[in-house]
Amino acid sequence: MIHCKDLKNPQTEASLRILIFNATHKNMTDIDKQIQDLKERLQYIQDIFGNRENANVSLLGSKLNDFVHALPSLGPAQIKRQLGSLSDLFTFLENKLEKELTPMDRVRIVRHPQRVCLKDILENVYDNYTEIGGQGEYSIDPSMIIARAYITRNVGKKIYKQPVMVIGQEKGHGQEFRNGGSVKPWGNAKALEYMKVAVTENIPIHTYIFTPGSYPVEDYPGAAQQIARNIYAMAGINVPVVAVISEGGSGGAEAIGLADTRIMLSHGYYSVISPEGAAAIEGRAKSGSRISPELVESCARQLRITAQDNLKMGYIDRVLQEPSLGARPEHFDFFKKLRQEVILATDEIILSVRGIKLFRAIALRKLNNPNIYVRWGLSQKSGERLLWRRYQKYRALSRWAYKDSTPAWQKYKIAVSEAAWSVYSFLRYEFFGRHQRAITHLAEDVQGEVHALFGRVMHKTSKLLRKLPGVKKEKEEVCQLTTLSTWEEGMSWDEHCRYISPQANQDRTLPCPNANKFNCLDLWAPDLFGDFAGVCSHCGHHFPMEYEWYLFNVFDPRSIREFSPRLESLNPLDFEGLEHKLDQAKKQTGHKSGCMTFEADIKGIRVVVAVLLARFRGGSVGAAEGEKFSRAVEQARRKHMPFLAYVHGTAGIRIQEGTNGLIQMPRCTLSVRRYLEAGGLYLVLYDTNSYAGPVASFLGCSPYQFAIRSANIGFAGPAVIRETTGLDIPPDYHNAFMALSRGHIQGIWDRREIRNNLHHALMTMGGEFLYYR
Amino acid sequence: MIDTMALLNEIKKTPYKEITVSAPHSGRIEFAVKDTGIKVNGVSGTWNERPGTLLARLVREGNAKPVHAPEKGEVLHFFDIEDGQFVQAGTPLLNIRHFLTKQEVMDIILKKALNLFKAPEKGRYYFVSDIDIKIKTQGLRSVNIKDGDEVLILSRMKRETIIHYEGPDGIIYTTYFDSNESVDMDAPLFGVCPEDQVNNIKTVIDKIQSGWEEQE
Repeated sequence: MIHCKDLKNPQTEASLRILIFNATHKNMTDIDKQIQDLKERLQYIQDIFGNRENANVSLLGSKLNDFVHALPSLGPAQIKRQLGSLSDLFTFLENKLEKELTPMDRVRIVRHPQRVCLKDILENVYDNYTEIGGQGEYSIDPSMIIARAYITRNVGKKIYKQPVMVIGQEKGHGQEFRNGGSVKPWGNAKALEYMKVAVTENIPIHTYIFTPGSYPVEDYPGAAQQIARNIYAMAGINVPVVAVISEGGSGGAEAIGLADTRIMLSHGYYSVISPEGAAAIEGRAKSGSRISPELVESCARQLRITAQDNLKMGYIDRVLQEPSLGARPEHFDFFKKLRQEVILATDEIILSVRGIKLFRAIALRKLNNPNIYVRWGLSQKSGERLLWRRYQKYRALSRWAYKDSTPAWQKYKIAVSEAAWSVYSFLRYEFFGRHQRAITHLAEDVQGEVHALFGRVMHKTSKLLRKLPGVKKEKEEVCQLTTLSTWEEGMSWDEHCRYISPQANQDRTLPCPNANKFNCLDLWAPDLFGDFAGVCSHCGHHFPMEYEWYLFNVFDPRSIREFSPRLESLNPLDFEGLEHKLDQAKKQTGHKSGCMTFEADIKGIRVVVAVLLARFRGGSVGAAEGEKFSRAVEQARRKHMPFLAYVHGTAGIRIQEGTNGLIQMPRCTLSVRRYLEAGGLYLVLYDTNSYAGPVASFLGCSPYQFAIRSANIGFAGPAVIRETTGLDIPPDYHNAFMALSRGHIQGIWDRREIRNNLHHALMTMGGEFLYYR
Repeated sequence: MIDTMALLNEIKKTPYKEITVSAPHSGRIEFAVKDTGIKVNGVSGTWNERPGTLLARLVREGNAKPVHAPEKGEVLHFFDIEDGQFVQAGTPLLNIRHFLTKQEVMDIILKKALNLFKAPEKGRYYFVSDIDIKIKTQGLRSVNIKDGDEVLILSRMKRETIIHYEGPDGIIYTTYFDSNESVDMDAPLFGVCPEDQVNNIKTVIDKIQSGWEEQE
C-alpha cells in the first residue's frame, strides 16, 4: 500500500508508475483476450456455415475487422463501449443465425472440435467419477469411455449419493487416439461388460452417444456381431437406461442406444447413415470420385436427421435445448440443464415401474425441478415391469411408416385367431403342460429307479430265456440287412423339382469364379441351375439361386401359408425417387415389402419363417420389413413354434427411410429376445450377401447362425471399409468360411443339403418339443 | 564359369521379353484391344486380385470368357486372326513386349551365375551355428562352403535334421529364405558362386542397380 506522504520518495514514485502501467497493461490484455474470444466465435461460425455465403456472417467479420483496425486510435472508454456493442451484436446475430441452421450445419456443429464431449460431461454433470477400463490411450479402445460416477442430491437435510454407470463414445481430449469416436468391436464388448456390471450392482446406466458409426472390422468379436450382442443384452437389462444422443451414427449409436428414455441434444443428429455415405450411395459414386456438396446437403435434409425431426417421428423422447449454435465446453448452464434432465429421466423411469410412487410421480411431472428423492435401485418385480415397458415402447414405434392394407374384417379375424392361439398356448403349454411335465418327470424318475433295481435281474432272466428252445430271436436286424431301403415317405422326387429357375432357361455355359484356382470346367446353364441346384460340380461354388428355389426344395410341398402379405413398404420421409424404386420392386417381385413371412413344414415339423428377399431393394430392411419380422417372431412365440430367418440377401437398413429403418434394429431384437426367453428356437440362415444393420441386430443375436456356401457376411462392404478406415482388405474378407473361422457363424451348409440339415438342426437343437421350456 | 558382363550386355541389347498370348481354349474371338502399341497392365493389387487389361473375349457356347494381359507392356503385334474368327486352344493371338525391370534383370543374371541350393522338403530352415555366427559377425559373403559340408538345419514339427551341401565349392552369395517362415519344397534357399566370381557378379549387380533404366 502506498501512503500520500511517501509520494515524495522517488523510489515510491517509480513503483507507482509500475503499478499504473500494470493496470493499463492488464486492461490491454483483457481487451486482447476479448478480441481473441470474438475472433474464435467468428471462426466457429464460419466453420459451421461452411462455404455458404451469408450476409450476417460477413457482417460480423467486417465489423470485427473494422474494430481491430481502429483500435490504436481509440480511447479506453471507447474501446470498452465498442467491445460491449460488438459482443452484443455477436450474441444477437448468433441467435439469428441459429434459426438459419440447415441439417448439414448441425452435422458440422456436432463434428466440430469445440463440441462438448463425454469427458466434459463427466466433469460437469456428475459430481465425481472414476474412469474404468482404460486411461487415455492405454485402453482396449480409447474411443469408448466407461466411468463409474455419482450424483449428489440434497433433499431435506440429507445428502444422497446416487451411483450410475456412464458409458459413451469419446472423440476429443486426445483426438489422435480416439479414432473420431468410431468404436472398434472390442470397445463395444467392453461397454457390454460394464452394462452387466451395472445390472449386478443394480444401478442405472447413462449412455452418451457421440459416434459417427462403428469401426467396420470383422476381427473377433466382429463389428456386426458385437453390436448385435450389445442390443440383445440391452433388451434384457433390468436397470434404467437413459441415452443422450449428440451424434447418433447408425449401428455405432444402437450399440449403446437401446434406452428407456432417449434424450437428444437440440443440435445433434441421429441417422441411419452419414449424409456423405447416403450421397455416395444415391449418386452411385465410384470410390475416389468426389460427391457434390449440394447432394450431401440434400441427403442430410431428406434423411430427417435433426432432433426435432426425430422427436416428431417418435424415436427420441425429448430434446434438450442447447445454447445458440451448439453447446461448447464453456457453456456451464448447459451442463446444469443436462444434469437436471438426466436425473429427471432416471427418476421418471424408476417411478413408472415402482410400487410406491404416487405423490413423487405427480411432483416430478408438475414441478420442473422437484426436490424429491428417488432411490435408483429396482426390485426384481419392478425390473420385470421395466423390461415389459421397454418392449412395448419400441414395439409401438414406426407404426405409421408402413401401410397395412389388410381389410378390416380380415384384421378382426386375425386378432380373434391370435387371441385363440394365445389362450390355447397358455392352456396347452403353461397350464396343462406344466402338470404334464411334472407327472412325466415323476414317472421318469420312478422308471429309472425300477430299472436300476430290476435291470440286473431282468438281464439275467432274458439271457436264460433266450437259451430256451422255441423262443424267437429278434428279426429286425435280419430284416434290415436283407431287404432294400425305400424312399422316405412324402419325398417323391418330382414333387420337389417343380421349380425351374429362369436362369436355367438359357442355352449357354457359365464359368465358375474359382476356375483359375481349381480348373473348374464351364457349366451349362440348364444343368447348373436345374439339376445341380446352382452348385459347381467341380469345386462346390454356389451360384446365387432365387428364393423360390428354397420355397420349393426346403419345405414340404403345399405346406406354406403366408401371413400378413399386405403389409406394404412406404416412403415415409418422401425421399426423392424412392417411390418409383419401390413400385418397380413391387412389380418385379410381386411382394409388397422385402420380407416374406409364412408358416411351413420341414419334414413334418411346423416352423415360422421370415425371408428377406434380395431382389426387393437389395433385401434392405425398412419399417414394413421390421414389422413383418416382429410379427413373425410373435407368431412363433404364440404358437410355440421354432423360428427360421432365411436371409436370401440383405444390403442393410433401407437408408431412404432414415431412422424409421434404423429403429428396426432394436425393435426386432426386442421381439427376438422376448421369444428366446420364452424358450423359442431361433435359427438364422444366410445366403448370398448379408451386411450391416440386420446382421448387427436381430439376425446376429441368434445363437444359431448358419450360412449357405459362398455366402458373404459382414458389417460393411469392401468399398466402405476402404473409405472409412483406409485399410485394403483381401477379396475373401467377408466370405462365409472367414466368418466361420472368426466365430461369427456356427456352420456352413451345402445348398443341396439344407432341407436335411435344417431338419437335423431342429431335431438336435430343439429337442423333443422343439421349444425348450 | 560364365561371363556375367557379356550376359548383361546381351540383355541390354534386347531389354525386354516378348510374351505370346494364346487362346486358353477354343472359341470365337472378340478382340478388346485392336491396335498395336497400346500399353497394357498385368495383374495387380495386394492379393493379385485385380486382373490385367482385358485383351479379348473368347466366346464358347454363349459364354464370353475374358483373356487378360499377363504382364505389363505394350502390344507388339497381332497374329493373323480376324475379329470374330473361331480359334482352337493354343492358337497364338498377339505378342506383348514386356520391358524388364531391375529386379528381373538381376534375377536372370543371378540365376545363371549362381548355383542355387534348393529345399529338399517343406519346412523351416536355418544355418548351422558355425555358419550362422560367421554370417552374423562377418557378413554374408564370408562363408566358404564345399560339397558335403553341414550347412542347414531343417526343422519340422520339432524334428531337426542336418542338411549337407551338395554342389560346386564357393561362397554363399545370397539367401532366399527367412528362418521364421516355412519354405516350400524345391524353393531356392541360397545361391553359391565360386570365390573368384564374386567380384565379377558384384560389379554387374552394382551396374544394374545404378544404371538400368526401366522402360515403360
